Amino acid sequence: MPFDVYLNVAVGGLLTGLVYGLMALGLSVIFGVVRVVNFAHGEVMTIAMYLAIVLFSALHLDPLIMLVPIAAVLFCFGYALQAGIINPFITRAEHMQFLLLVAIAIIIINVLLILFGPDAQSVQTSYSYDSFQIGKLIVDATKLYAAGAALAVALALYGFFQFTTIGTAIRACADNYTGALVVGLDVKHLYALTFGLGTACVGAAGVMLVLIVDVTPSLGPAYTLLAFVIVITGGLGSMPGALLGGVLIGLTEAMAGLIFTPSAKSMFAFAILVLVLLFRPQGIMGKKAA
Amino acid sequence: MSALLKVDGISKRFRGLLAVDRLTFDVPRGGIYAVIGPNGAGKTTLFNMIAGVYVPDNGTIDFAGERIDGLTPDNVCQRGIGRTFQIVRPFPALSVEDNVIVGALMRRTDVADARAHAHEVLRRLDLFDKRAQRASSLTLPDRKRLEVARSLATDPKLLLLDEVMAGLRPTETDRIVSILKELNRDGLTILLIEHVMRAVMALAGRILVLHHGAAIAEGLPAEVVRNPAVIDSYLGAEDI
Amino acid sequence: MMFSRLFENVSPRALVLMAALLIVLFGAPFLANDYLLTVLILILYFAYIGQAWNIMMGFAGQLSLGHALYVGLGAYTAAALYVHFGIGPWIGLLVAVPIAALAGAFIGYLAFRFKVGGVYFAILTIAVAEFARVGFDHLAWTKGSSGLFLPVAQFTSNDLWLLRGQPVMFYYILLVATVLAFVFCRALLQSRIGYFWLAIREDEEAARSAGINTFRYKMIAVTISAAMTSFAGVIYAFYYNNLFPEQVFHISRSIEIILGPIVGGVGTLFGPIIGAFLLTGMSETLIAALHAVGLDIPGAKQVFYGICLLLVIMAMPDGIWPWLARRIGLSEREK
Repeated sequence: MPFDVYLNVAVGGLLTGLVYGLMALGLSVIFGVVRVVNFAHGEVMTIAMYLAIVLFSALHLDPLIMLVPIAAVLFCFGYALQAGIINPFITRAEHMQFLLLVAIAIIIINVLLILFGPDAQSVQTSYSYDSFQIGKLIVDATKLYAAGAALAVALALYGFFQFTTIGTAIRACADNYTGALVVGLDVKHLYALTFGLGTACVGAAGVMLVLIVDVTPSLGPAYTLLAFVIVITGGLGSMPGALLGGVLIGLTEAMAGLIFTPSAKSMFAFAILVLVLLFRPQGIMGKKAA
Repeated sequence: MSALLKVDGISKRFRGLLAVDRLTFDVPRGGIYAVIGPNGAGKTTLFNMIAGVYVPDNGTIDFAGERIDGLTPDNVCQRGIGRTFQIVRPFPALSVEDNVIVGALMRRTDVADARAHAHEVLRRLDLFDKRAQRASSLTLPDRKRLEVARSLATDPKLLLLDEVMAGLRPTETDRIVSILKELNRDGLTILLIEHVMRAVMALAGRILVLHHGAAIAEGLPAEVVRNPAVIDSYLGAEDI
Repeated sequence: MMFSRLFENVSPRALVLMAALLIVLFGAPFLANDYLLTVLILILYFAYIGQAWNIMMGFAGQLSLGHALYVGLGAYTAAALYVHFGIGPWIGLLVAVPIAALAGAFIGYLAFRFKVGGVYFAILTIAVAEFARVGFDHLAWTKGSSGLFLPVAQFTSNDLWLLRGQPVMFYYILLVATVLAFVFCRALLQSRIGYFWLAIREDEEAARSAGINTFRYKMIAVTISAAMTSFAGVIYAFYYNNLFPEQVFHISRSIEIILGPIVGGVGTLFGPIIGAFLLTGMSETLIAALHAVGLDIPGAKQVFYGICLLLVIMAMPDGIWPWLARRIGLSEREK
């Protein structure tokens, strides 16, 4: 196979990886602050995907334009979910939290199944088949737009955590829960905000993925797993780590799909996960626990 | 008296902070030895090195004539060193009795034997009547005694006690002091970290004073408390 | 001696309840119709595996989210030996169980040596199961993703040796397995190893300082749990007669396995059984109820199932059995 085929696939994988990274970023933020592992992460993303599809097919609204409104809806969903259902579970054992989110995931998958049926749906925009050519390198327009938007959202989130008062307060909660309570922070509200931000992230990622993949209601679990693989590879709780992990996994999957067979690509992602767990359990960008 | 525990020149450094600095001391067989010092002096780090949680950066620890530094905590316990934790860690969802049975099973294979032994230990520590309660439902003094009971049940030759009197009322302190004296009379060697000077003076045969990880004094209680360096850095004149 | 110890601390009340339950279960096939029998088989299947999973999580405190791996290894090994060499399931068991036990020991060794714990351990178990799923998808010897099929005929008699026969045979095999698993787990829990497991579950560091070699006992828990689970896999293969990696190893199979014991009560002996009855029963009732009101569209059952699950775990955080045991007047120790 000529070299430029590899290059094209690698660039495609890298761009998809950035979108994966944004999806994983949501999971990482939620875990980093609320200390709850969102086992319904991929399922939440499919909600955003179907929102994008409905808006596109009914009103012809371009997913990239609807990115912010859909992320906002997902934010509200995440906020309500945390404040209403998950919050009482934050002090309970991990397996109870897991079960709670599995129950939520089951409900999401099947409500979507009832509403939209089992068949795959996709969005065909005017630029679906556009591409840019630089020398021998051909880049899909959709992937490029999606990756750009993913980077923009990630940067906005980073700015929020670093430079706003609420962002700082949330980081304080993550560092020291009791301390945050003592100084009078409304931890429940901040947790719900964080969960909302996490779901908004994955929502935004979902909207962009609609441009790249076909959507079915049962897509969720695979993406939940993918988000885990990425987050642990990059370092749980690390924002740059999530993006880096996303790119690494995106690249790995693309190359494995090309060199071996597409159906075996997730095996390579899991192999990376196992290696990271064994040899660098804090993840590539994670801080080593004392 | 020969030394049961010989600590020879051990040090431990955490990210540049020297927590324990070339400590050397002997705990005599059958004695009660106390380590005192202000918070952050390195007492718990010292304990954790003896108990096998940390490996010392330098130096050796000998117990009953054999090197034990570098062994794992379970190995150290099997050699005959029992310990308690400064922040108590009983098994919360298990009953008081089951907590102690776990300790007793280290040297016993039969659960009925272990239960009988556990009952004996529980009686000694005034916990027998509470044996059916969940450990998490106990008061702090009871939980501290439960920790002592659990490690006693492993039949140690040396018992490491990390601040078992902290937070207790004077009558409760006196009760533990008399229990420990009794155990010591029956042959148990005790190494304790303690802040409650009343208990230290009542129990200890020798005292080691730590400050910033290093020993600033060692000797008989009466000598140590008169040592100007000790008064200066830790005790303060009014405590004595 | 061992046997009499099993009934230690059991009140007459509990004994009567257990005896009644056993009689009902042994007599059930005489009263149940075909449909009810398949539901009961499913319940026993989940009760048995739930018990096996509970050894790891409920006793030793190690959260496995990849138990489908052991089901799949058991199922595939026994089925492949039967299809390729005509080796019957009971002999196949002698190969299948050690393979699954080795897989469990492998995961345990990696995780416990490299100190992968908590959520990370759970993710590792998922990862290995997923790895196996994709791997079996490409394994020609077991027919890859197109599925491995056992020859099926209309069985008029039950061949217990080759496990070729009617559902009622599988019902009794699973019933016996469930009872044995229950007795075995109770014996484990009352033995030295059981105490050590509970200590590790409660506080691993404190357990180590009480002289317990936590690595060794966690390894034993994973290995026993994996071996027990793989037996259910063998039965699964011969009951359903077809195996697809996509189904057998899928993460949703692993989740199904652990729902019962968690809902029933993690770490309790009756929890996995109660959980299996309740969840499978609930699922089947929902199908019937939705059908009756004309709502049997795809997904409707699962939505209600999810909502019920949500309500149960919100209302009973420790599971049903601890609550129920208090209700029917059993003592703390009998939980």
